[in-house]
Amino acid sequence: MNDLLIKILSTLGAVFVLIASFGVFKMPDFYSRLSVTIKAATLGIGCILIAATIHFAEFSVTTKAIAIIFFLFITSPVAGFLISKVAYITGTKLWKDSIIDELKNDPDSNCTNPALPKDKIKKE
Amino acid sequence: MTVEDYIAYIVMPIICLAIFFIMLRFIKGPQVVDRVVALDLLITVGVAFITLFSIIVNNPLFLDEAMILALIAFLSTVAFSFYIFKRKRDE
Repeated sequence: MNDLLIKILSTLGAVFVLIASFGVFKMPDFYSRLSVTIKAATLGIGCILIAATIHFAEFSVTTKAIAIIFFLFITSPVAGFLISKVAYITGTKLWKDSIIDELKNDPDSNCTNPALPKDKIKKE
Repeated sequence: MTVEDYIAYIVMPIICLAIFFIMLRFIKGPQVVDRVVALDLLITVGVAFITLFSIIVNNPLFLDEAMILALIAFLSTVAFSFYIFKRKRDE
């Protein structure tokens, strides 16, 4: 019973990781690549770590696995947010079929705005 | 078929295929940010790889390295984004 559960969970996690990597390879745009990465990878890693806890069935392993899942779930959205904001500021193009660009009139991302003088940005 | 054999012969090749696709994006990536995201995903898949390896060799000690890698992935992404932003601002 435990063996079957470990097999199912590890296969599910591996398939999620494979979907994430295929999306990273095939998506047309930086932002869509980023969204695929964060969602699918955390789910896949979570499934594989739960399989490890079921396999070992020890207190220390369970604690470590919960800590890893906690770190990943807390840190990967923050990292994704930071890198996407930096990518927008440094002028990464959106996909040509993208409908909406909410940061276009945002004062925080004025580094790409040519109307703003350069020394005003440097002063901050 | 035992769990170790199943993971070694069926689950591990799927993970290796995933690492292959991510490496292709890492080599190809048109900009620096693409490469940063690919590196982040590569380290995250490395955590899964280490966990599966610790199941195969039946030794839970390797989970410590997985925990450190999970922290380093976040740290490297934040550092890269900080320096890319700094380079853009100083231009």
